[in-house]
Amino acid sequence: MDVLVCIKRVPLSGGKFTITEDGLDIETAKLGFTISPHEEVAVEEAVRIVEQHGGSVTVLTLGPAEAEEQIREQMAIGADRGILIETDSQEWDPQATATAIAEAITEDETDFDLVIMGNESADASGYQVGIRVAHKLGRPIVTGVKAMTVEADKATFERPVKTGRELYEVSLPAVVTVLDGLNIPRYPSVPGRIRAKKKPIERRNPERPESRLVKTRLEVPVTESKQAQVLGSGPEAAPAIVEIFKQIGVI
Amino acid sequence: MVLVLVDHDHGQLDELSLQAVTYGRELAASTGEPLDALVVGADGRSVAGALGEHGVTTVHVAVHEGLTDYAPLAWARAASEVATRTGASVVLATGSPRGNEVLAHLGALTDLPVAADCVEVTPGSPTKVVRARWGGSLMEEANLHGSPALVSLVPHTIVADPGGSASGDVAEFTPTFSDADLLVIAKPAAAAEESSGVSLADAKVIISGGRGVGSAEGFAPLEELAELLGGTIGCSRVVTGNGWRPHTEQVGQTGTKVAPDLYIACGISGATQHIAGCRNAKTMIVINTDPEAAIMGYADYAIIGDIGKVLPAIIEETRKAKAG
Amino acid sequence: MSTLPEQAKAVIIGAGIVGNSMAYHLARLGWADLVQIDKGPLPNPGGSTGHASNFIFPVDHAKEMALLTFDSVRQYKEMGVFTECGGIEVARTEERMQELHRRMQSAKSFGIDGCKMLTPAECVELVPYMDPDVILGGFYTPGVGVVDSLRAGTIMREKAHEMGALQTFANTEVTGMVVEDGRIKAVETDKGTIEAEYVVIATGLWGPRIAKMAGASIPLTPAVHQMIDVGPVPRFADAKGDIEHPIVRDMDTNMYERQHGNGLEIGSYAHRAILHDPEDLPSVEEAQLSPTEFPFTAEDFELQYEQALELMPEIVGDETVGQKYAINGLLSLTPDGMPLLGETPEVKNLWSVSAVWIKEGPGIGKAVSEWMVLGDSEIDLQASDIARFYDHQKTRKHIKERTAEGFNKTYGIVHPNEQWASNRNVRLSPYYERQKALGAEFYETAGWERAFWYESNAGLVEKFGDAVMPRTAEWESRWWSPIINAEHLQMRETAGLVDLTAFVEFDIQGPGALDALQGVCMRQMDVPNGRVVYTPVLSASGGFKSDLTVMRLAHDHYRVVTGGAHGMADLKWFSDHLPADGTAQITDLTSSLTTLGIWGPNARTILASITRDDVSHEGFKFGTCKAIEIGSLKVLASRISYVGDLGWELYVPMEQGAQLWDELWQAGQEHGLIPVGIGVYGTTGRIEKGYRAFGTELETEFTVVEAGMAPPKIKAADFIGKEAHLKHRGDDPVATLCSLTVDDHTSSTGEKRYMMGKEPILSADKQPITDAHGRRSFVTSAGSAPSIGKHVLMSYLPPEYASEGTKLVVEYLGDHYPVTVAVAGATPLFDPKNERILS
Repeated sequence: MDVLVCIKRVPLSGGKFTITEDGLDIETAKLGFTISPHEEVAVEEAVRIVEQHGGSVTVLTLGPAEAEEQIREQMAIGADRGILIETDSQEWDPQATATAIAEAITEDETDFDLVIMGNESADASGYQVGIRVAHKLGRPIVTGVKAMTVEADKATFERPVKTGRELYEVSLPAVVTVLDGLNIPRYPSVPGRIRAKKKPIERRNPERPESRLVKTRLEVPVTESKQAQVLGSGPEAAPAIVEIFKQIGVI
Repeated sequence: MVLVLVDHDHGQLDELSLQAVTYGRELAASTGEPLDALVVGADGRSVAGALGEHGVTTVHVAVHEGLTDYAPLAWARAASEVATRTGASVVLATGSPRGNEVLAHLGALTDLPVAADCVEVTPGSPTKVVRARWGGSLMEEANLHGSPALVSLVPHTIVADPGGSASGDVAEFTPTFSDADLLVIAKPAAAAEESSGVSLADAKVIISGGRGVGSAEGFAPLEELAELLGGTIGCSRVVTGNGWRPHTEQVGQTGTKVAPDLYIACGISGATQHIAGCRNAKTMIVINTDPEAAIMGYADYAIIGDIGKVLPAIIEETRKAKAG
Repeated sequence: MSTLPEQAKAVIIGAGIVGNSMAYHLARLGWADLVQIDKGPLPNPGGSTGHASNFIFPVDHAKEMALLTFDSVRQYKEMGVFTECGGIEVARTEERMQELHRRMQSAKSFGIDGCKMLTPAECVELVPYMDPDVILGGFYTPGVGVVDSLRAGTIMREKAHEMGALQTFANTEVTGMVVEDGRIKAVETDKGTIEAEYVVIATGLWGPRIAKMAGASIPLTPAVHQMIDVGPVPRFADAKGDIEHPIVRDMDTNMYERQHGNGLEIGSYAHRAILHDPEDLPSVEEAQLSPTEFPFTAEDFELQYEQALELMPEIVGDETVGQKYAINGLLSLTPDGMPLLGETPEVKNLWSVSAVWIKEGPGIGKAVSEWMVLGDSEIDLQASDIARFYDHQKTRKHIKERTAEGFNKTYGIVHPNEQWASNRNVRLSPYYERQKALGAEFYETAGWERAFWYESNAGLVEKFGDAVMPRTAEWESRWWSPIINAEHLQMRETAGLVDLTAFVEFDIQGPGALDALQGVCMRQMDVPNGRVVYTPVLSASGGFKSDLTVMRLAHDHYRVVTGGAHGMADLKWFSDHLPADGTAQITDLTSSLTTLGIWGPNARTILASITRDDVSHEGFKFGTCKAIEIGSLKVLASRISYVGDLGWELYVPMEQGAQLWDELWQAGQEHGLIPVGIGVYGTTGRIEKGYRAFGTELETEFTVVEAGMAPPKIKAADFIGKEAHLKHRGDDPVATLCSLTVDDHTSSTGEKRYMMGKEPILSADKQPITDAHGRRSFVTSAGSAPSIGKHVLMSYLPPEYASEGTKLVVEYLGDHYPVTVAVAGATPLFDPKNERILS
């Protein structure tokens, strides 16, 4: 079973964002980088599938040269090789991204049985790259998956919906996008990290096609800067809270 | 023409789609175009009335023998057919998992760009949109080049408003599908096995716990209060990461986004990832030992103190209030 | 929350371990009306305290730091936030084993008991998850422990609140500092302005930014310390506490490993120095974790993963044990590795308590508070005095280069004479090119390049043979040359020329000059014009603040000459004590004047051959100074000596120095004049004369009486420390500074070894010696006394040992050597009657 997982280098978003002067990017000089939780579980799932079925895990990303860091991190978890589609510093829109990824997959010598991606990227959140890649590869896709069973030539995917879950059964090869909660990803071990250093990364440098969804400005939303009204300290404040319950009609 | 993709579950209309319809009505009014809607599946006929009340002129209902359950690509194929046939200028969906999924398929089928999770759409050439990134922590202004403009709307951007009575004429058609279009079809699984009570996304009251709860056992008073208030439990990513609660209860950018009437955040510091999921709560109450926690900047009321001591007192007071 | 007051006795900026310690100790010492502010939230405002690893190894080669750490541990224990776990420093190399023996010395010298050397097997008994095959041994300190520094801070803050002395305001950011007439007046914040008599900057990494608002300088830089946490470790699954196993410092890889709950924390000082600018710290809001926790850069930790795996394969090699947490934590580094304490020289009443780590925080809070409130601290802080820096040492370039170089010395084996490699050649004397041509080996003091010895004198080594006391062991030969001792012996035969440009000179002039000097100096300053007085300068408690020479040039004109290393602190001390009425002014002449010393039996002959002025013994008495002419040079000559021979210090304007050198050089050729380096001037020349040096023998913790430097009678005029000194004169001595000679240098392996300083002096039965004040006896200075063919050690000894002929033991690198008290007191070993100087 050869599995490809797509990941995306994004800034760590623990604090409040600052926008660069041109208004087009996040100021990242003081930030670290990571991947989306959706992608973390994607890699973990791929590693588990290969632990069960044998095969290989390849991690692919489209991003700047520094995205090697994210590939190595995932190699420490257990990915075997990496594909880095190197971009200039500009953001690629979803169509351009999907085209480059599909090309890389098509041209790769491995025929991947399963391509796993995050349901949406942490930063741009376009909800479409996986679907566009599937269309270009002519493979079925299931999105928003939170549980899966993979067998030799087919897979069953579960997707949560309001009333419970939906099941999808597809034959392989296929594409799937997954959600945080699919599993609890492992932390990389130190031997894993040491091994990761030596694993191969293939680099690709396609031209960036013209964007059709063009970012013109980023802005930190002006949330009405609330400041909670402190009702008190400790158990003595309980009656005040219950008054609020009454006011808003929950009791 | 503005075409809204309406989601339903075997004839049960999706509330969020009505928000999209409401927004679509305003868009259509601004450009002087009619507002149409697409419903896929024979069960969809039953929602036409409600759509008419929300201002939809024509409800296109795609009926096909292979279409009883949700099939994303088939839904998109149907949408593509209607959009082409009607010359839609905007195709609007709600930014729900299904809405975004169908729209993305439509984008792939038509090779058109898609702007997901918008809060503002200004039709034109290009269409100007304002869309959410990072679960709403950042807003992006963008130009969308292509017609029709394929956009989805962030849930709860607008309140669904029936004020635009229109005919709601039903126009049934049979879409043309290839075999591939029907390869991926949802099989509803034993529906209720996991959902005990209210689903998190629809809950009116959520009692949510974070790192400060301390352990799986620490959630007992939260559950007690949830039961008293007819609410449900939520939690932060730290909690699911520690295995204290199932991921289905996680509120946040990569968990569930909620918009309850009351959100009680217990021992939650307020990381961006979490705020992205609960910022639409109508009233937020925080219980935290740290008066400087980031979440204070998003809350309406706060009690400074230890959850273990404060919650039992609230439970007792609530009991009294309900009894009296 | 109440509103910010408009006035305060003191504003303490910062609520990390340092600010909280200051708040508590200032309150304890009686200051009320204190206001503490921090721009972050409480209890963790986001500075370095919040992410510190919080463990404490008490042994340090610097006495000041060892004592401050010791006192901090005492305070942490009193607060109930200290968990003792023990700690092992392990060695992977022979050189490190030797260094561990040196740490044993420091432990004994500074009173840290219970330490012992361990075999690899013994190490593994204490820490079973360590691989004994990669280590040669360990140094065990039972008193190593972990503190809860945030809790300690809260406790101290609350105590000050309870005393009613302190108000604390979190989320209050300093936006400006108001300075009037050189004195701090107020602190401006985003919540309002507070007028204050004193302001304390305890803001760690933000110190430079805050100080700059007042026009002051706090020369530190934020530097990265990498730390990861791996787990869960099966072996630690049942761990109940945060720390239950000894902490391991893997010294040769610059790393540490400690159990932390069910995880193992691995920290490193091994990576390249990653320095940031204080201006670049993110705000609390912008920061991902906290403003001082930067994203982990895994590429800098690559080697560390492998080294940790080598030492602890059972845990680190376990595939189920994952890296759960990793940061680049920021800490404060300074150009010389010491903290930045005291009133800033630029702004009165603006105090810095910066570059302080968890291990010494409460001790420093106590000491600096004493300094502020009482004028003096129990533990001598002179090596950390923020006034010590010259301007060039406050530049970004200097700070960055020295901290980058110093970073990897955190766990390094730092030789006591080790020289800095970066940012050299900053201050060059007028003789520099001439010295270079003579093969000078340059050492640095306060930026000055000083010739330590001259390769041109190499031939003398053969001449004097074994009298140069040649060394075979690499450690003592490092940063040393037998040429030093050869220069010494030749100077005693003929004459030596010494470059003393690094001296700091400042003039005090005006009608109030005499009073100003009298008030600061211990010795009589009301002397005839042309007299040179060597005088101690005392602290309020009667310890040494400095020692220096003062020339009276005119009735209202004095010139103070002091050492380069400590000169800036002396300048501040004198400036601080000028008369308030402005009747005396101080002028720093350091960069205007250069000094050459000429000493030796032939010094007079040489000088007489180039001047027509009277330089005879009668015409130019010892302890006097006067202007003489040498060619077209007007030279201020001062007849004193720090090397124990006849001779003069000669002062000329900097630009005329080269000419003076040439005149002396040419005249000296036929009289055997050689260039002599600082190796002689600073060590061998003085040590055989029993001359004490500031910073080693002389410090505030020892009195003038103990140092054997009490004058026969005390002047009538009042001076700082007089009252304390008068009391000391009446007390029974608790310790006396003695000179000891080593009786046998032969080590257990048969090699001749020579002590370097800081070694413990032990009783004949090898037990540590402690005086009635609890101070340990240790070697303050060590060095060759070539004229008497001995290696001499100076040490304070309690009365029962301080008598000539007492047989004792010195411990050096794991061996014990017999020593004898040669002199108890200040009598010179060489030429005890000072016939040479007075000839």
